[in-house]
Amino acid sequence: MSRVRLLVGTKKGAFVLTADGMRKKWEISEPHFAGWEVYHAKGSPLDPERIYVSQSSSWFGQVMQRSDDGGKTWKAVGNSFPYEGIPGTHQWYDGTPHPWEFKRVWHVEPSLTEPDTVYAGVEDAALFKSTDGGQSWKELSGLRGHDTGPHWAPGAGGMCLHTVLLHPAKPEQIIVAISAAGTFRTDDGGETWRPINKGLQSAFLPDPAATVGHCVHHIARHASRPDTLFMQKHWDVMRSDDGGENWREVSGNLPTDFGFAIDVHAHEPETVFVVPIKSDAEHFPPEGKLRVYRSRSGGEEWEPMTSGLPQENCYVNVLRDAMAVDTLDDCGVYFGTTGGQVYCSPDGGETWSAIVHDLPAVLSVEVQTLP
Amino acid sequence: MSVHVRMELPAPLRSLAKVKSAVVLEVEEPATQHALVSALEERYPMLRGTVRDLVTGERRAYLRFFACGEDLSHLGMDALLPEKVIRGEEPFLVVGAVSGGL
Repeated sequence: MSRVRLLVGTKKGAFVLTADGMRKKWEISEPHFAGWEVYHAKGSPLDPERIYVSQSSSWFGQVMQRSDDGGKTWKAVGNSFPYEGIPGTHQWYDGTPHPWEFKRVWHVEPSLTEPDTVYAGVEDAALFKSTDGGQSWKELSGLRGHDTGPHWAPGAGGMCLHTVLLHPAKPEQIIVAISAAGTFRTDDGGETWRPINKGLQSAFLPDPAATVGHCVHHIARHASRPDTLFMQKHWDVMRSDDGGENWREVSGNLPTDFGFAIDVHAHEPETVFVVPIKSDAEHFPPEGKLRVYRSRSGGEEWEPMTSGLPQENCYVNVLRDAMAVDTLDDCGVYFGTTGGQVYCSPDGGETWSAIVHDLPAVLSVEVQTLP
Repeated sequence: MSVHVRMELPAPLRSLAKVKSAVVLEVEEPATQHALVSALEERYPMLRGTVRDLVTGERRAYLRFFACGEDLSHLGMDALLPEKVIRGEEPFLVVGAVSGGL
């Protein structure tokens, strides 16, 4: 029988949660890297026993870890992320120039084709690539060196490159998202990049339809339709059907179109999940009700999925990398909260239950479907 | 020429390096803070960049250096270690800012 393995990054360590294909009975590991922030952990699609982890701390900086046995043991690998050349400046919150400074790795994305290749999205925003299993990292500097780079500015969470999408059929195409610069695409393996933000509207910008400056929170796609992208933006849920060239809003009847997490059903490319969050400042579910909204029409029409989720007095957040889907026949959907709960729906969002209630604040959730 | 220096690390770094107590490091002379941290990183590669910034080479902002009852944090990485530390009579302490974070 197939198994699933959840990789949960939290404010105080990483946890590995495992279950068989029924997804009813879970084993929860002891904390890995206890006391450290684990922004993200992700396994290689080519070798699921290989897992990369971003481990960081305000005291001790960035450490990268790699496991080659499915998370049983770990080895610290390269943690040097040098910007190419003279880094220069981007904009600070007040619009003044501010030096580019590496702070942490927000997201790791193992290659779909090369077992030893992995990408890292970092703060201050840049994309790094390793071709030796994480031992050494080289910046794909054409991104940060784009003409608009000096005009990028951070969102409140920092100027982070948090989303890396690798095209399943075109290895040279990579899409990344940066808060608060927007979405960028390369079609030559990372040498050159261009903004792909046409159709995005951000009311906080002097020009709401500006080329860059949009606070994109997360982007998801289905592997069978790689040119269709679903985006949760600071405000608005957006959709593109041409690889990001053009975007249109599909927020429809959502109770609020703000949120962080978004994902696509493993077997239904038009089924999308979001968790609406109240903003600008609150960042908790509207009305104290934790609801996953599901669209089976690729957006516009959304239905609340509430069975098993708290429907009163719930004031947690669900962060951008904290939702994932497995690939079992009945698609499992997972998300973690800043209150330390990790929820599982083994039936495509119909019903939910908490795998665990009391972890540290969850920063990220990834799932591996294992034979 | 080299000397042997006993270094006390904060618990998270002991855990990362998989050591239970102070580490004893062989430090090339002149025995500066820089030479000591280099010896630490050579002996324990997983600690590279955790005590000093990888780009600037400076002590991390949330860490302090103490020895012999003195705060050595602001002497600079080129400062020589105190004589009693070099003779192995006193440890060199790396201390994290108090608080475990949220």
